[in-house]
Formats: sequence, structure tokens, C-alpha cells
Amino acid sequence: MSGFDLTGLTASFGGERVIGPLSLRVKQGEKVALVGKSGAGKSTLIRLIHERVNRESSLVPQDLGLVNALPVFHNVFMGQLDKHSTWYNTVTLVRPFSRDRDEVRKLLKELGMSEKLWIPTASLSGGQRQRVAIARALYRNAPVLLADEPISALDGPMAHQVMELLRERFATSIVALHDVEMALKYCNRIVGIQDGQVALDETSDRLTASDIMSLY
Amino acid sequence: MLSSPTVRTSLIFVAVALFSLLFADIAITASNPWRDLGNFFLGVITPNFFSSEGLMTALLRTVAFAFVGVALGSVCGFLLSLVYRFLPVRIFCAFIRAIHELFWALIFLQFFGFHPLTGVLAIAIPYSGIFAKVYSEILDEVDPEPGRLLPPRTGVIAAFLYTRIPDCWVQLRTYTAYRLECGLRSSAILGFVGLPTLGFYLESSFSQGLYSDAGAMLILFYVLIATMPLWVRPRLLPVYVLGAPFFLGEGLPIVWGNVERFFTEDIVPSPLRDGEGLGGLVPWLSELMVNEALPGIWNTVILTQIALVATGILTLLAFPLISNHFGGPVRRTSGHVFLVIARSTPEYILAYILLQLWGPSMLPAVVALALHNGGIIGHLIGRQTNTIRLRPDAPTGFNRYSWELVPRVYRSFLAFLFYRWEIIMRETAILGILGIYTLGFYVDSAIQNIRFDRAMILILITALLNIGIDTLGRYIRRKLALQTMPTC
Repeated sequence: MSGFDLTGLTASFGGERVIGPLSLRVKQGEKVALVGKSGAGKSTLIRLIHERVNRESSLVPQDLGLVNALPVFHNVFMGQLDKHSTWYNTVTLVRPFSRDRDEVRKLLKELGMSEKLWIPTASLSGGQRQRVAIARALYRNAPVLLADEPISALDGPMAHQVMELLRERFATSIVALHDVEMALKYCNRIVGIQDGQVALDETSDRLTASDIMSLY
Repeated sequence: MLSSPTVRTSLIFVAVALFSLLFADIAITASNPWRDLGNFFLGVITPNFFSSEGLMTALLRTVAFAFVGVALGSVCGFLLSLVYRFLPVRIFCAFIRAIHELFWALIFLQFFGFHPLTGVLAIAIPYSGIFAKVYSEILDEVDPEPGRLLPPRTGVIAAFLYTRIPDCWVQLRTYTAYRLECGLRSSAILGFVGLPTLGFYLESSFSQGLYSDAGAMLILFYVLIATMPLWVRPRLLPVYVLGAPFFLGEGLPIVWGNVERFFTEDIVPSPLRDGEGLGGLVPWLSELMVNEALPGIWNTVILTQIALVATGILTLLAFPLISNHFGGPVRRTSGHVFLVIARSTPEYILAYILLQLWGPSMLPAVVALALHNGGIIGHLIGRQTNTIRLRPDAPTGFNRYSWELVPRVYRSFLAFLFYRWEIIMRETAILGILGIYTLGFYVDSAIQNIRFDRAMILILITALLNIGIDTLGRYIRRKLALQTMPTC
């Protein structure tokens, strides 16, 4: 599975509908940017998709979901806990195997933070924590990426580096972004969300930044 | 003011305590209590550490029983906490922790005798119940998000080890360390029923009037607890836990015939044992209820309510002693010493000492319970006031106390007090062993008369009473929306 076709997506909060009903069909190879005002329902939509694809996706949630007491290595390694036996995972918790160490270090190097491998994530800065969550999603290596504002805490060059990496590693992706330029540059399809409905759905080569700004 | 629910609740409890005072037996019956008290304090300031080698052995045994009991309790409690969401497990845990360590010890003494297992299980069993509850509360507080992000086919154990344990590891460790301190207190008082720990040594010193020996024991006990951060080190823990079983002492061998007899004969209600059938059970039970259980419950409840309010009053008086908002460093240092001594001394030992000095009545029990629990809550509230930032022109002195600080800490004060309500009742029941007519007195007499069937029924009633008070305390805390952490 790498593309998917979801219909009847709805979500309510406190009895009030925040999303849908809407349908979303994503083909393999599509890189979808979800854009729209904050509160439009982008995060909710990403959660819904995550559940509907049976969690078979690499997810970067907005609140990152890191285990703060564990070092960077273990937070990244968590992306592949299903690939190993329980005893292997337990031993890794105490003393990681060199093969995994090298693999995770290489990944972190691409994100410019290999020296933080053994630092507990609690003591990292916001941007570093965000990159740990991205590294976990990359390490997870699922066919689809679901990311909710993955570059909100990163500065210019690092933001481009991360988006480039995500585009390269995931054939199919759905990324919520508030930066319209980024969306146009790294995604090939733009879906605009307004009041829980799809208000815009176009390939990015047929859009300009000002077309999208009407959503805000 | 009267319309505030917290104030109204407090006033109701004060009224109940005043009403209870009418029926309570409060008196000093010793012929010369102040001379005895003076002799005792003289003993504490002239401690005799070298009277016999028994003291050091007792200290070693106290530490060993605490380590083995708490270690076993925390392992079992942890396993139970994993299945704590199931109602039967919760009920089971509530039941085993509602029975005091000394009651467990009295039960095991009847069939294991003075074997080390008696002391170990007496600590481990109720502590398992407590650990199960608190560990599960701590585990429930963990952020569930990382667990939701794991790949779908991740194993349950790996998910647990990676996403639940690391997040609450510090809390688990802090709570277990706190429980170890409690375990040292529990272990010390097990000596009062004959196990070879400090309580045994204290009782024999007291009965011979050797106040300097008793003073030495108390001082060593305080030093032991006050220096815990120095000698309880994560790296040394495995050494202690693995080594402790070898320092429990030999005791006496278990006679397995006794074990079998206890379960198949001794605890079977006597009408059933004598073949009178269920018809004989009703008069037997009602006689037990009228003559022992009901008077025991009445006295336990009366004493608990008085002690609860006395604890509250003492707390409110004591917390300024360590608060940064008052006085100079000298007073604060002595305040710290007073509160540390008050909370490190097990209420059972305090009650025992006061009972020796003042003679039998409810008074020593009330004072002991108030000192110990007031010391604990006073310390916590005092520390809490140190985090409060007052405006620069805030009033000083009594106005600062009554207008600025008490209103700010009153809710957590009540939360801690209601949290300890059940603990105070459990202790009140057990103080009966010292000769105050609470439930423990009737349990102890039944055991002295080798009527274990009656003792078991009375222990069961005590447990149910504790569970009832625990439920009521939680109901009131929820009703008043009072929050508290379990480490108290």
C-alpha cells in the first residue's frame, strides 16, 4: 500500500463537527501539502488519516511524541521496534548494538545533529527535538509520510534540508505546512483546508503563492 | 467564609472531634508523669551506645528486614500494577494494604513462629498493595502519545519498556525510596511483637528503666533515616538487596504442622469446628460483634477523629517553623530538626513511649498520631509555602500567616489530611496492642487467648473499616476538588 483512497472522513469535537465529511484520494508518488489557517482542521485530518491507514505510516505529530527521558538514539530506534524481537529491543535499551548505532548516527548526521546521539531529548532545543521526531519517522521507513508542521521550529537552511530529505525518502507524503513557499517548492499537490472542508485541490505547478493566500 | 465548602468541611470535622472528646478517655494516669518524662529526656541526652552489642545487631536486622520486605513488596506491587485496571486486583490490593504490618506479623507468628519469613512477609504483603496502587497511578500519568506512534506490530513488552517506563522512572524511583524509609519504620516496630528489630530492644530497655539505652536506640534510628541519601545509592542497591537476606537472623525453624493446623482448624469459627453448624454461627458472631467488634469500632473511630483534627491543628501550628516567610535561620533550623524527629519516629514508638510515661488512656495515642502525622504534613506544607512569592508590601507576622499563607495552602493542607485519614485510622487500630481499647486491643486479646477464629474476624472488620474510610476520604477529596500526590 502506498497510495490510498479515503472517503467519509469526519471528526467532531464536543459535539461540533471540525472535519468533513470529505474524501481524499492520494496516488503513489503524490506529495501533498495541506495548507490553511490554524484551526482549519489540518492536524485533525492528519490524525484521521493515520488511523485510517492502520498506522502504516511514518507520523510526525505536532507535539512530536518523544519519550523525554530517553536519549536521542532510543527515540529514533523506536521507529523500528516491530522489526526486532523483544529480547533484542530490551538489550538495546541498556546497550545498543553497533549496527543500529551506526545506522542511527548516519541518519542524524544528515539532520546535522549526530553529536547529540546520547543526549536525553528533554535537554534539547525545540528545533533539535523536532529533528529527532523527523529522524524517527525516517527510520520507521513506512511507505507513507504523515507530517504535521514538521519544520515549524527550524531555521531557513535546515528547513530546506529537512524538506529535501523527506521528499527524497518518501514516495508518498501528506505534510501540513503553513509556509506557502515551502509547500509549492517541495510538494506536487496542494490541498487547502477551510472550515473542515477541502477548499482547494490543485497540482502545485498550476498554482502561485497568491492563489493559496486567499485561504488565509 | 462559612459559605466556602472547605471551611464548612473543616468545621464539621472539628465538631465531630469535639463530640468524640466527650466520650474519649483522655487522662494522665501515671503517678508522676513529669518525672518519668524528665528521666526519659535525660536518657535521650545521655545516650549509652555501648551497653550491649544487642543494639548494633538490632539495627542491622532492622535494615535487613526493611530491604528484603520492601524489595519483595515493590516487585510484587509492580507486577500487580500492570493488571491493576481489573476490579478483582484492585479489591485484593485494597484489602491487603488495609491490614497493618503488625497485624500481618501477628498472623504469621501463629504459624511460621519467629522465623525471618514472618517479618519479611509482614512488610512485603501490605507494601505490595500500596506499591500496586501508587505505581499504577504513576504509570497512568505517562504521556500516551509516544506509544501511539509506534509501528503497529511492536511487541507489548518493548512498547512498555520504551514508552512507559522511561517517562516515569524518576517518580517510580523517588516513591520507592520514600517507601524504603517507611519500611525502616515498619521494620523497627515489628520488634514490638518479638521480631529481633529495634522495637524489641526499645521495649526491653524501657521495661528495665534503661532510658539511656532507649535514647541511644532512638538517636541511631534518626541518624539512620536522616543519612539515607548518603548510604542508599543506586549503585549500592543491588548489594543491599542481595545481601540483606543473609542478615535476617536465624529465628526458629518453621513447624509445618502448625501451618496446616492454623488454616484447617485454628481460624475456622469455633461453632463450625465443634460441629454446631451454621445455627451456632449466628449467636457466636453476634456475641463477637456486641462485645468486641462494636466497642472496638466505636473507640477506633472516636480516636481517629480526634487524632485527625489534632494532626490538622498541629500542622497549621508547625508549618511556619520551616517557612521562609518567617523568622531567622536559627528558628528554622530548630524547626527542621523538630519536624524531622516528629515524622521519623513511628507513631507506634511515640505512643509506646508516651504510654509508659503517662499511663494508659487515649491521650498518648492522640499526641503520638498528631506529632507524627502533623510532622509529615507540616513539613510538606512548609516547603510548599517556600515556593510562594509574596508582594513586597505584604503584611508581616500573624497577619502574613493568616491572610497570605494559610488561605493559599489550605486546600493542599486538606488534601494531605484526608489522604492520611485512612493511615491514621490504620494506626489507631494497631495502637490497641498497647492497651488502648481500639480494634487492635481485641485482636491482640483474642490472639493471647488462642482464639484465632475471633482474631481473624476482627482483623477482617478492621480492614473493611479502613477501606470504608479510604473511600470516604477519596469521595471528600473529589467533592472538594483537592489534588494530591501520593508521596506523603
